[in-house]
Parts: sequence; structure tokens; C-alpha cells
Amino acid sequence: MMLQVKKMSFSVPDKQILNNITFSVQQGKFIGIIGPNGSGKSTMLKIIYRHLKQTSGFVTLYEKDILHIPQKKLAQELAVVSQETPVLFDFTVKDLVMMGRTPYKKWLSPDNKEDFAIVEDSMMLANVLHLENRMFNQLSGGEKKRVMLARALAQQANILILDEPTNHLDIEHQYQLMGLVKDLPITIVAALHDLNLAAGYCDKLLVMNDGALYMSGTPEQVLTEETLKEVFHMQAGVSKNPFTKKLHLFFYTND
Amino acid sequence: MTRARFTLLIGALAAGLLASMTFAVMVGSVDITPSLIWEVLFSKLGIFIAADASKAQAVIIWDIRFPRIVLAAIIGAALAICGAAIQALVKNSIADPYILGVSSGASVGAASVILLGAFSMLGVYAISLAAFLGAIFAVMIVFFLARVNGRISVIRLLLAGIAVSMVLSAITNFMLMMSKQQGGIQAVMHWMLGSLAGAKWSNLGIPFFSLLLVFILLLMNYRQLNALLLGEETAATLGVNLDRFRIFIILFVSLLTGVVVAVSGSIGFVGLIIPHIVRMLAGSNYKLVLPISALIGAIFLVWADMAARMVLAPEEMPIGIITAICGCPFFIWMLRRKRYSFGDGE
Repeated sequence: MMLQVKKMSFSVPDKQILNNITFSVQQGKFIGIIGPNGSGKSTMLKIIYRHLKQTSGFVTLYEKDILHIPQKKLAQELAVVSQETPVLFDFTVKDLVMMGRTPYKKWLSPDNKEDFAIVEDSMMLANVLHLENRMFNQLSGGEKKRVMLARALAQQANILILDEPTNHLDIEHQYQLMGLVKDLPITIVAALHDLNLAAGYCDKLLVMNDGALYMSGTPEQVLTEETLKEVFHMQAGVSKNPFTKKLHLFFYTND
Repeated sequence: MTRARFTLLIGALAAGLLASMTFAVMVGSVDITPSLIWEVLFSKLGIFIAADASKAQAVIIWDIRFPRIVLAAIIGAALAICGAAIQALVKNSIADPYILGVSSGASVGAASVILLGAFSMLGVYAISLAAFLGAIFAVMIVFFLARVNGRISVIRLLLAGIAVSMVLSAITNFMLMMSKQQGGIQAVMHWMLGSLAGAKWSNLGIPFFSLLLVFILLLMNYRQLNALLLGEETAATLGVNLDRFRIFIILFVSLLTGVVVAVSGSIGFVGLIIPHIVRMLAGSNYKLVLPISALIGAIFLVWADMAARMVLAPEEMPIGIITAICGCPFFIWMLRRKRYSFGDGE
């Protein structure tokens, strides 16, 4: 098992944020984490990429506790696109994507041909190559997001963690990003808000509710009218998208 | 910025620094021609050239003006790179090398030597030593105040720096107020505003090697400094060991700033303004920001020291007044420009 979370709990002084969560992720799968606001999705991701430290339990990568993996090594295994990345002072898109190569660099090792090639490929994949000489802070929210994705791709990690990756993106880029990420030969763990996107692209979904893992399974197993009512408090209908044959959800209220 | 443009800029700045230093040697109460300067320099370096310089001119050039100008260049470069590094460390564009309490700690040290006669057995080095110890002491307090659960919090670092600086300034002011010796008070004021008048060949070694060491160490870690600008969360996911790297920066930057303040007093403004000028010229990549900051800082301080010697000649103007008066209008002009955002994303 590549990534495992075992009995993970997290609390702050007066509140339990995560409660005894256990799941595992197989190599190459696209895992979506869904759940209402405040259900603990981001917190769980932050513990997995070691920004926060769990109160109890473990996160293991290839059977090894991530707390014992050196920071640099972890960055070669696991890349992250977080919700917002404010950048102090300004960088060109190219320079910023090159920062993804940081975990592979020793003191003074220069950017070599291979790095430039990887950076260019990453920018191409994330559809930001045409922006390479632009300044990051002048880009739109969606463009910034894609640049940060390119930066994470340049890390050439085995696991990519995405915290609401389609936030700020227009509809075309939402689908483009999900498609691109799904085609990557690596493991993806993404917190998602759009349930139709989650249904269309993820291999497996984890449903978070109130700090606990409510259920997990394929989109068909998980996204049922009962779950949507219970967890998301929404009246929903579940059908099939006639073009993709994927699950399609529609929502309504009774009033 | 392309490689070719970067090389060109570095070359131009290095030439500018040499020209500025040559010009600075020429200027003073005794007029000296440029050819004389280079003759004296080469003959001192053991390259024989028939020298036209008289003995007195050689002494003025070699023993009085040269060390002072070299010191100006060293201090300027040191303050500029420290400023650049500190701005990345605390992720704040108003930070300067003194934000961790270095200058106020050094002032307490210097004032206690000048006014209370501490360390008097050390003679001329007493002030420098006391200033250095004061600086390091202040940074240590700030550092321990900023540690929470073994982690350094940036906002606490900034606030602890301010708090400790205030307390130490109050102590200096108290000493100044209680002192009855007019000469001593003036000496402390002079010291606090900075001066390079004490430069001698013999006391250039420590500042020079400290600068060299810290410059190389920072440049070797330019990727980490860049990553810090993306915030601690992202920096960590790029493999930067934040706790260790912060301690590393605090340690070496304080060391260099402490040395600088010990030999020259607290010269303000250079460490704040130069990194911003450099970012406006060359962008934010620390690989370029560090070397360019060092050169521009050096040039700036060579000129500032020249002005300090000339404005009130034969009296000396404290160099800190010059750096503020000359630097401020330029800084304000930068503030009004739209193209440079001082790190504000919007």
C-alpha cells in the first residue's frame, strides 16, 4: 500500500477536528475527498503533507511513518497544490515552476538541461507555457492555480495532493485540469467540492462528515440519494451522464 | 533576466564599484589624481611601477583613505545582503537587518563602554566588542521569545524584535539622560548614527571574512530563500526544513550584522532600501538578488561615506544621516511607482 492513514485524530484545545480516520490509497489511483465545509478535508490533507501534526495515529508512505522521512525526501515523493499560495515579491512563471526542482538540488547545484526540460513539460501539461515570461502576481486566480499545478508537477513526485484544485477555474479549465490530473501515472489525493467532477474523474471517494470518515468506495457506491441527504443535507437525484456514462447528480430543494 | 543580461549587469556594477572607490580616494582635503591611486595600489601589491607619489601622499592613500573606502564597500554589501535575507525570513518587505534587535543591543553595549567605562581594559576594541556582544545578546532574547513549542513563529519574531528593541533603546536613553559628561553623550550619538572613521587595515579582516562567509552560505541556499517567499506551508512541501533553515538564517545574518554594527555603528536604511531597488531591477530570484544587492549596497555606501566626509568638512557628518537623507527621496519615488509592488500581490 503506498499511502496509509491509520487511526488518525487531530484536535485543537477545545475541539476535536478529526476523529479516528483510517484508509489506504493504492498506487496510481485518483482519490477524491468530499464533504461539507468544516468536515476536516483540508486538515486531513495538511496532516498528510506534514504541515500539521496529528494528535494520534499514523500516516505512512510505503509502510514508513512520514514523520520519520526527511523533509527533502518527502518533497520528492509528495507534491502539494494548496488552496491559496500568496507569493511575496514577484517571480516569472518560469522561475516559479523551476522552484519545483528545489527538493532535488544540493547546495549550489545549478539548473541543468534536464530541469529546464521538466519545467517546460510541466508548463505544457498545465497549459501555462504561453505565460512563462509573465509575472505571477499579475495573473488571474485560475492562471495562478495552474502555475502552482505546473510547479507541483515539476517536483515529479509519486503522490500529488490537491486542495480544491478547481477553485477559481472556469468551467473549461476545471474539466481540463481534472482530465490532465487523471491521466498522470501517479497517485492523486484531492479534496473536491464539485460532486459531479468528483463522480466523473475519481476512482474512489472518501466522504468526510464532522471530522469522521463517513464512508468510502467508488462514486457509484458512495454518491447515493441517502448519503447526499445525510451528509450534505441536499435533496438530490442520481442519474447517468448520457455522453460519458458517468454518474450525474442534480440537486433541488423542496421549498 | 537572461544570463547574458545578468552577467552584463554584474560586470557594469563591479566596474561602477571600482570607479566609485577610485573617485572616493581622490576626494578629500588633499587632492589626489587617479593615476597616483593606482600607482600606490600596485606598488603596495608588490608590482613595481615608478611611483610619483610622495611619502605623505602614499600614507594618505594607503593608510587613511583606502581602508575606510574598502570598509564602506564591505559594510554596504553586508547590510544589503542581510536585509535581503531577513526580508525572506520574515516574509515582510519592511524588514531590515536590525529588526531582530541587533542595533539597539549594540547601542547598549557601546553606550555602556563610552559612558560607564565598561571593558576599559580592552582599550580601543572595547566599543566594538561590547557592541557585538550587545547585538548577539539582543538577538538571542528575541530568538527565544519567538520560539513556541520548539518552532519559530515569524510574527512573534517580528514583535519580539520590536519589544526587545524598545526596552534596549530605553536603557540606552536612560544612560544618556543620566550621564553628566557632554563629550560622552555626543560620542554615543555619533556612534549610533554610524561612522567609518575608525577604519584601519588591521580591523578590516573580520568584517571582510564574515561578509564572504555569509554571502557564500546565503547564495548556496538561494533556492530555500526563494521558497520562503511562497509561504511556510509551500516552502515545506518543497523540501525546506523550516525550523533548521530559519535558525541558520537568524544565526548567520545576526553574526554578520553584529560584526558590521560593531565596526561602524548602526547605519540605517541600507538594508531596507537596497534589496527593493535590486528587485525592481532584476526581479525577486535570490540567485540574482544576493550578488546584485552586495554590489549596489557597496556602491551606495562608498558614495554615502564620501558625502559624510565632504558635507561638513573638516567635520564629519554621521553616515546614518546621509544614508537616510539621500536614500529616502529615492525610496519615496519608488513607493509612488506602480510597476514595483513591494511584495504586495495585488
